[in-house]
Amino acid sequence: MHSVSVKNLSLNFGAVSVLKTMNLDVEEGEFVVLLGPSGCGKSTLLNCLAGLLDISAGEIWIKGKNVTWAEPSERGIGMVFQSYALYPQMTVRGNLTFGLTIAGLPKDEIEKRVARAAEILQIGPLLDRKPGALSGGQRQRVAIGRALVRDVDVFLFDEPLSNLDAKLRSELRVEIKRLHNQLGNTMVYVTHDQIEALTLADRIAVMKGGVIQQLADPHTIYNKPTNLFVAGFIGSPTMNFLHGKAIDGGTAFQFGDHRIDLSGYDGGAVGNREAAVLGLRPEHITVHATAPAGPSLPAEVEIDENLGADSLLWLKLDGQSVCVRVPVEGRLPSGTKVHLGLDIAKASLFDAASEQRI
Amino acid sequence: MSEVKRPNPLFRNLTAKLAASPMIFIVLVVFIGSTIWTVASSFTGIKTLPIFTPQEFYDNWVGWDQYVRLWNTPRWITSITNLAIYGVLYSGFAFIIGFLLAVLMDQKIRAEGVFRTIYLYPFALSFIVTGKVWAWILNPAFGLEKTVRDLGWASFSFDWLTNRDMSIYTVVIAGLWQGSGLVMALMLAGLRSIDDEIWHAARVDGIPKWRTYLQIVVPMMRPVMITIFVIVASGSVRVYDLVLALTQGGPGNSSQVPSMYIYEKLFVGALAQGTAASSVLLLATAIILVPWIIVEFGKKSRS
Amino acid sequence: MTAMSSASTVTPNGAKPKPMFAPGRVLIYTLLIVTSIYYLIPLYVMVITSLKDLDQIREGNIFIPTMKPTFDAWIKAWSAACTGLNCTGLAPGFWNSVFITIPSVIVSIAVASISGYTLANWPFKFAEWCFTILLVGSFIPYQVFLYPLVIITREMGIYSTLYAVIFVHTVFGLPILTLLFRNYFASLPEELFKAARVDGAGYWRIFFNVLMPMSLPIFSVAVILQVTGIWNDFLFGVIYAGPTNYPMTVQLNNIVNSLQGVKEYNVEMAATILTGLVPLTIYFLSGKYFVRGIAAGAVKG
Repeated sequence: MHSVSVKNLSLNFGAVSVLKTMNLDVEEGEFVVLLGPSGCGKSTLLNCLAGLLDISAGEIWIKGKNVTWAEPSERGIGMVFQSYALYPQMTVRGNLTFGLTIAGLPKDEIEKRVARAAEILQIGPLLDRKPGALSGGQRQRVAIGRALVRDVDVFLFDEPLSNLDAKLRSELRVEIKRLHNQLGNTMVYVTHDQIEALTLADRIAVMKGGVIQQLADPHTIYNKPTNLFVAGFIGSPTMNFLHGKAIDGGTAFQFGDHRIDLSGYDGGAVGNREAAVLGLRPEHITVHATAPAGPSLPAEVEIDENLGADSLLWLKLDGQSVCVRVPVEGRLPSGTKVHLGLDIAKASLFDAASEQRI
Repeated sequence: MSEVKRPNPLFRNLTAKLAASPMIFIVLVVFIGSTIWTVASSFTGIKTLPIFTPQEFYDNWVGWDQYVRLWNTPRWITSITNLAIYGVLYSGFAFIIGFLLAVLMDQKIRAEGVFRTIYLYPFALSFIVTGKVWAWILNPAFGLEKTVRDLGWASFSFDWLTNRDMSIYTVVIAGLWQGSGLVMALMLAGLRSIDDEIWHAARVDGIPKWRTYLQIVVPMMRPVMITIFVIVASGSVRVYDLVLALTQGGPGNSSQVPSMYIYEKLFVGALAQGTAASSVLLLATAIILVPWIIVEFGKKSRS
Repeated sequence: MTAMSSASTVTPNGAKPKPMFAPGRVLIYTLLIVTSIYYLIPLYVMVITSLKDLDQIREGNIFIPTMKPTFDAWIKAWSAACTGLNCTGLAPGFWNSVFITIPSVIVSIAVASISGYTLANWPFKFAEWCFTILLVGSFIPYQVFLYPLVIITREMGIYSTLYAVIFVHTVFGLPILTLLFRNYFASLPEELFKAARVDGAGYWRIFFNVLMPMSLPIFSVAVILQVTGIWNDFLFGVIYAGPTNYPMTVQLNNIVNSLQGVKEYNVEMAATILTGLVPLTIYFLSGKYFVRGIAAGAVKG
């Protein structure tokens, strides 16, 4: 039994198709992140799961129950919002107990749950304050608490950290991870921040245009992106793309006048292809003064950006810009001629027409 | 596993639909139903008893007769001419006065709140009160005329209130006093909504202030201005109680307005004549609304 | 002034304060003050006339202040002036206006706030369609509806009663108020509404427990708008309320001002002030909300 199961879900606003025949199964206790650029439908999907949007077709199952047409409060979910969405006129305690009172829970049960949430989230001293008197981090904690007291199996997070500054964001990120470990609930988490996705998720669903492009664990998403979009969306700086063709029965890649040996490629059968794209992440390229053994390309240094821990080297390669992550070893002046060593085993090869990984 | 059927969308969020039903009732019955009934009945000969069924309408149908009679009635011609005079002068002057006051108010002046309170307070008063006050001020025997004469200008004459040719202009004066503050407040809100950057840019470019207003700010405010114009102009079509309190439509019939004509016909046994006159006003309003609808429609199609 | 000058000596980095006596400034303030006088004169004339006795009115001119103010005219206007056939002053009209205004304000705001809430938070096609018609319909001249509303209220069995006026005020308040409330509720964070739904709150509970406590400003604006609008109404009162319920404006207009052939202008002006007193008081006490109400209603529309 899946914890959350989306079956052939689609959503149209008039003639516009927002979510297209979508399928998604989330396991019990799993942390799934919906990741994508704005307008990709990730928040929309989450709102559908919560029952805040009526879907056009398909089914939604939560904990073995078809909840497609159930009210949000009857679905066994708790939700945390980007803007916290705390009721400003109620105290923190009021915010936590509002839903429980509506549900008609007995007083001592409500007390017990509030006490537990307050302990887990360390918001005990704030219980009698109004949201206006809290800091951003505290507010988000209360918002999580409101989901927590509902005592549900599935937590839905809608970009919960994007209103916080960078420092608080990383703190709360760790805290959410800890919470997940401690509670073991199923969590579906929407974000556009790939760092959040990569650090929090058991599995990431990368979305674009109302379609899940790839659903996999962070390692696979990062190292074996299924198509050009996922490859380009994940990773910063983005993956370098070399446009060329696969030749010699797929054993080599022709880039301009250069021939790159593909024998070490970790993927499917390549074959000859008229148009292909070779994707290499900045850290999978090395810089050498002379041509190294194995596949390599000559290039010219343009800019050397020192980031502290390492450097980003921007090079010119047959008129194309390429970025390489290198250890900091003194600056390479602009115009220096170098050779790039390519780690083909970690590269991704795409068909240029279908944009799919080979 | 249980099969869950899609609920009938008609009953989804039923409470919301029930709660909106008063609004829907009012729109359907009052706004749509009444308009249709008024226009349709203007093509009949009904006098006191309203009719509803198609058969009744068919039996009483007289075509354009009511309109022919309407435009052959001198009193209606006077009324509609007065409305045109009032509408054009009131809307025009309210617009100019309102804009100039708003520009003055926009000069980072001290005590802005005091001035705004003064300009706008007449708008809080009813037309009846406005009419009574101005009737008193313009009273030739005791008001302005007498005051100026007492000061020594014995031949001074300001008898508009009792002058057949001028009485409608007293309505304009009183109307402007009552309503121009509203235009000022709306214009000021429009001016304030313009980005300060525009002013900075104009100053950097060395454009004089008056040119910035005329050539940059006014064009930018065009949608706001059209909205204000529609509000002011469509409001002026309704003028009734102001005339009633100020001149009672007199002297004679000289300051009659269509609303008075309609009111009388509706309630003294010439129902269809009244609804025909109402339909003319409806048409006039529709013409005023056209620019607004174009703006609103243009806004939607652009975005 | 002191705060400004001391601030400018400490931190002389703000904008240079405009000198008050530069020629351009003098012109601006002159214009502002002259126009202010024009707007204030009717109020002034109204007040001093009401404080004079008839002899003073006959002898002096309307702009001269009185040296012997008397409230006789006020007392007469309130309790003894003749309106139509009755000589009971404006007091009954005042109370009629109160009895019309209070329920009309409550009912019209209740209907409009719920409609606006539905449109903002629970929209459905038909309601949105109706709302568009309502907005356009708000510009239709009242004359078009006058007789149909007589028929409608007669069919409802309430014509010529308080209920009919309340109904009519609700109808004509609906477009502007619904727009006001719809825009306000739409400006509140949508996530708050979603959170309440996840918490299991339904249509009414969200309205009363979540949104209403945050909506005091807009309700104040609506109350001010409606109280002044309904108090100042004349036409609907005349047509639908029935003679026993005539509001104050109708009585003011019907005031019979002859006493042995002499027009009692002082009584008439006192009556005029009395009629304008309620909306004026509200206006002066709530200037900011009043402006916000008319601006929000008009410019956003």
